[in-house]
Amino acid sequence: MASNGSDLAPATGRTPLQATADNALKIVVVGGFGAGKTTLVGSVSEIRPLNTEEVMTKAGEGIDPAGAWGKRSTTVAFDFGRITLSASQVLYLFGAPGQERFWFLWDRLFSGALGAVVLVDTRRLEDSWYAIDRLEHHGTPFIVARNNFGEPGHTLDQVREALDLPAEVPLVDCDARDRESSKRVLIELVRHLAALAEAQAPARAEVERVRVEDDPASAEPEAPVTPEYEESTP
Amino acid sequence: MSSGPVLPGRDDDPDRLYTITRGRSRSPENAFDLVTLIVAEREPAPGMQSEHVRILRMCEAPTAVVEVAAELALPVSVVKILLGDLLETGAITARHPRFAPNKARLPDLDTLKQVLHGLQRL
Repeated sequence: MASNGSDLAPATGRTPLQATADNALKIVVVGGFGAGKTTLVGSVSEIRPLNTEEVMTKAGEGIDPAGAWGKRSTTVAFDFGRITLSASQVLYLFGAPGQERFWFLWDRLFSGALGAVVLVDTRRLEDSWYAIDRLEHHGTPFIVARNNFGEPGHTLDQVREALDLPAEVPLVDCDARDRESSKRVLIELVRHLAALAEAQAPARAEVERVRVEDDPASAEPEAPVTPEYEESTP
Repeated sequence: MSSGPVLPGRDDDPDRLYTITRGRSRSPENAFDLVTLIVAEREPAPGMQSEHVRILRMCEAPTAVVEVAAELALPVSVVKILLGDLLETGAITARHPRFAPNKARLPDLDTLKQVLHGLQRL
């Protein structure tokens, strides 16, 4: 035996998924320290938010075989929660640290995520700049939610301006402690994703149609489709 | 073999992680996503490594890789190595996320509608 495992507490109070669950989706909640990521995840999660960690090298290429578990690797911790959507689908919410030095973790977490919510604390807007920049670079669709602790200091327009947020990125107010409010944030993100997907779908259909038609003159003029996000080139 | 007392709960003692993974540090990188759902296909066998036993018990119902890591209080990479062992012997099966983002990183509308309905029902 490699280890006796006596240090491990038994798994208590776990809420298992249905046996039919076969497809898990991810949404990432990013924000600076104290912005309320864990609070938001906890308010909508069906399980108590769990915390786990990943050990990685700065190169972001998994574990360094030479360095093994030693000094060259960094440990990053993150929270997550879970929402059962249907008999087969389950959504995992990840609270990701927004600090710059964790960028290599982000790209991992984001790979395959539906989208992201950037949670901002207006007292520390600058904490969100890097997160937004990173998401844009990575090409992950996102919305921004201002976690409003009853502080009416700034209008959403002012926040948008301070964040230099493009008009097409939704910006909403929320109270991360409130389940309904957090739920609305997630719904807002999914609606935004659907709008982006819908905007793309007709464009693709149009291209298909034009291709099969013999007479190009009969094709309706097409608005140029500019991709919303650029593919990142690592 | 680890020497001395093992600290309770999570610790990042490299020696402990080295022991659990029997010296391996490279996880089968593409075999598991953070949210790949793991399902145990058999009962733990006598003499199995304790972490393997715990994984098999935990995964009697589908359990995401990240939940296994949280429950075992081990880094995700370490858990992936352990899961790799179990997958290789057929002791577990893996239900991978079906969503593969397209070039624009957008999920398909059907998936989004299902997610929306699920959230609205909460």
